[in-house]
Amino acid sequence: MYKITRKKVLAPGVVEMALHAPRVAKAHKPGQFLMVMNREDSERVPLTIADSDPGKGEVTIVFLEVGRSTIELGEEFNEGDEIFAVVGPLGTPTHVEKFGTVVVMGGGLGVAPIYPICKGLKEAGNTVVTVIGYRKKEIMFWEEKIRSASTELIVTTDDGSYGEKGFVTDALRKLHEGGRPIDRVIAIGPPIMMRAVSEMTRPWGIPTWVSLNTIMVDGTGMCGGCRVEIGKESKFVCVDGPDFDAHIVNWDEMFARMKVYTVEEREAILANHECKLHLDNIRR
Amino acid sequence: MAELIDIAALGGVKEGEKKRPRSKDKRLEIACQTVEKRITNYDEVALGYSPAEAVAESMRCLECPKPRCVVACPVHIDIPTFIGLISRGKFSEAAEDIRQYNALPSVCGRVCPQENLCEAACIINDTNAHNPIAIGRLERFSSDWQLMHQDREASHVHKKPATGFKVAVIGSGPAGLSCSADLAKMGHSVDMFEALHKPGGVLMYGIPEFRLPKAIVQKEIAYVRSLGVNLECNVVVGRTLPVQEVMDTYDAVYVASGAGFPNMMNIPGENLNGIYSANEFLTRVNLMKAWSDNPAGTPVRKPKRAVVVGAGFTAFDVVRIALRLGAEEASIVYRRSREEMPGRGEEIEHSLEEGAKFILLTNPVKYLGDENGFVRGVIVQKMELGEPDSSGRRRPVPVKDSEYEIPCDLVVVAIGQTPNVLIPSQLPGMATRWGSVIKVNRETYMTTVPKVFAGGDAITGAATVILATRAGREAARAMDAYLRDPGRTWNSPA
Repeated sequence: MYKITRKKVLAPGVVEMALHAPRVAKAHKPGQFLMVMNREDSERVPLTIADSDPGKGEVTIVFLEVGRSTIELGEEFNEGDEIFAVVGPLGTPTHVEKFGTVVVMGGGLGVAPIYPICKGLKEAGNTVVTVIGYRKKEIMFWEEKIRSASTELIVTTDDGSYGEKGFVTDALRKLHEGGRPIDRVIAIGPPIMMRAVSEMTRPWGIPTWVSLNTIMVDGTGMCGGCRVEIGKESKFVCVDGPDFDAHIVNWDEMFARMKVYTVEEREAILANHECKLHLDNIRR
Repeated sequence: MAELIDIAALGGVKEGEKKRPRSKDKRLEIACQTVEKRITNYDEVALGYSPAEAVAESMRCLECPKPRCVVACPVHIDIPTFIGLISRGKFSEAAEDIRQYNALPSVCGRVCPQENLCEAACIINDTNAHNPIAIGRLERFSSDWQLMHQDREASHVHKKPATGFKVAVIGSGPAGLSCSADLAKMGHSVDMFEALHKPGGVLMYGIPEFRLPKAIVQKEIAYVRSLGVNLECNVVVGRTLPVQEVMDTYDAVYVASGAGFPNMMNIPGENLNGIYSANEFLTRVNLMKAWSDNPAGTPVRKPKRAVVVGAGFTAFDVVRIALRLGAEEASIVYRRSREEMPGRGEEIEHSLEEGAKFILLTNPVKYLGDENGFVRGVIVQKMELGEPDSSGRRRPVPVKDSEYEIPCDLVVVAIGQTPNVLIPSQLPGMATRWGSVIKVNRETYMTTVPKVFAGGDAITGAATVILATRAGREAARAMDAYLRDPGRTWNSPA
């Protein structure tokens, strides 16, 4: 059993949790994820590690209450409670070296997992220009934390209620057109945002990496449920990734594969929760 | 618990009496759930012998002085002795006797291919054809009896004094469990690591509940732990725990990480939704219990028309699950013929009884998807058998212009598994075959890395539970010798 040592609601439906998992905290490297199981009979859910504190033996996750298990974790589990399983850190860590100037982009929930990546890149001597985007001011989180791990921070909101109005891609275009040399782009967020970044940088020839979060069961290379075509070859996101060269991801396949259990998921949420509020969060 | 057993009433051999074997009797069939009933549930199909049935069957055994069955058994269980104990009403003692040779009798009694091993060798076949002693069923009966009637604290098991050596066992499947149990009995301190949240490896994620109840597996594991083996789940060695840290902490390491990487065919459309590797499908259903109605649980696609590619043990497990999930039609698509099927006889029979179809000499070439990216059919081509290949089986050759479509909404690819490369890739100098199967010395089970041993599917590719159990035992013996004398010459893998 793994204790929840901290819980904070960052925005409606967005929850930050610290879990006591000393082995995971000690081994964690930027870009890796873990699997959680709320209870013995729950699903295994992959979540990216947003921060770790080996001293305290803690790892931090930030998740959106989007499926039956994340809704349960966010609504029914509190500080001091224990969850059944935490397994990690999984996946190949993000490749960190001195590239020069790296633009790290986090969209919505993707803001959390970029924190250790920004930190790692900065420590490796890069100029880290971070772009984080939210739909609106009310759902913002971790602005100062991300700022502390970056050389420069740009915040965007879709509705202009904070920072620059527009999407993260608008900020990226501005950077590029303003003549800023960019050696690498790393983008984490909703698939639609990652694809938009990828399409934007492709003609510019800037190496661009994304972190995919496909459906998994074990997360250790056993099931292959997470497989997606990368450069004409089928790859397992859990072990070959989650980071991939964005320009060779088969995005259409990736989008299709995210929808495998949409029907089952809706039925389960309706069976579990009378309210349909959360259904708005499900990717369609 | 001997007082519970009235051996005279059960028709066995009373104390001080001589056994009069009834080898001319017919082999006693095992009660099974009816087809109509079992297809609607996940409960075990074969129900097991009652005490009276077990005694009756055991009374057929001649208890030969030179038993061929023992030679045929990969772990050389003293079969006549344990069957003799059953015929004398000593059921738990029988199980305890088996445990000297096999740490997992309740498991092996159910999933071993006895028809090709001990039972094929039984001398009764010579005089009473097709009626060998039901050794597997008796093994199952005695160990189930023991697990049910005895609080198996292993405190009474003879354990050698503590040696002070520390051993890490990576993986808690059959090889890891059997190696751990023996090492613990030899007095070594054993830490066993499991990547998943439940121990048991393939016994938990691979073999379905209706062939091997998970409660039985957990009882067997509880016994191994009671020998003093420390078990830690949720530890992926190579990720959660760096391989180097394991190397620095332990005096010897046993890698029993299995063959968990699914093979796919790499044909067009294989990444469509609704196409699973057998590993994924089985893990969802068996380990994650997607068959239950738990709304918090793991989902699995409920098929109307299922296609299973392959014809090994796994394929038959999959096709039977598909039928239980409500498939109106579930077919095995296999590129060779019925004769070459590697599956276990009983499973093939059971799946036919349950309504599985066999589409033989046929191979998928391409999958078709609907507008939402879900599979809607598979294009197959007919095959014919040519010259024998390296496996000794006749090689399938495509028949020209024979393609046709089989409509389906679920496909499970069950064409084999290979070992996961995580551990070998992190141990410099560890030699492998085909990049993932760990090379070991055939006698000592030592890999090319000093003090690291390996066994089970990790060194063979996907094989059987009993072979993994044997590998675990033999490695434990070699590791014990190594720990006591690490200086002696240890041959590198052949």
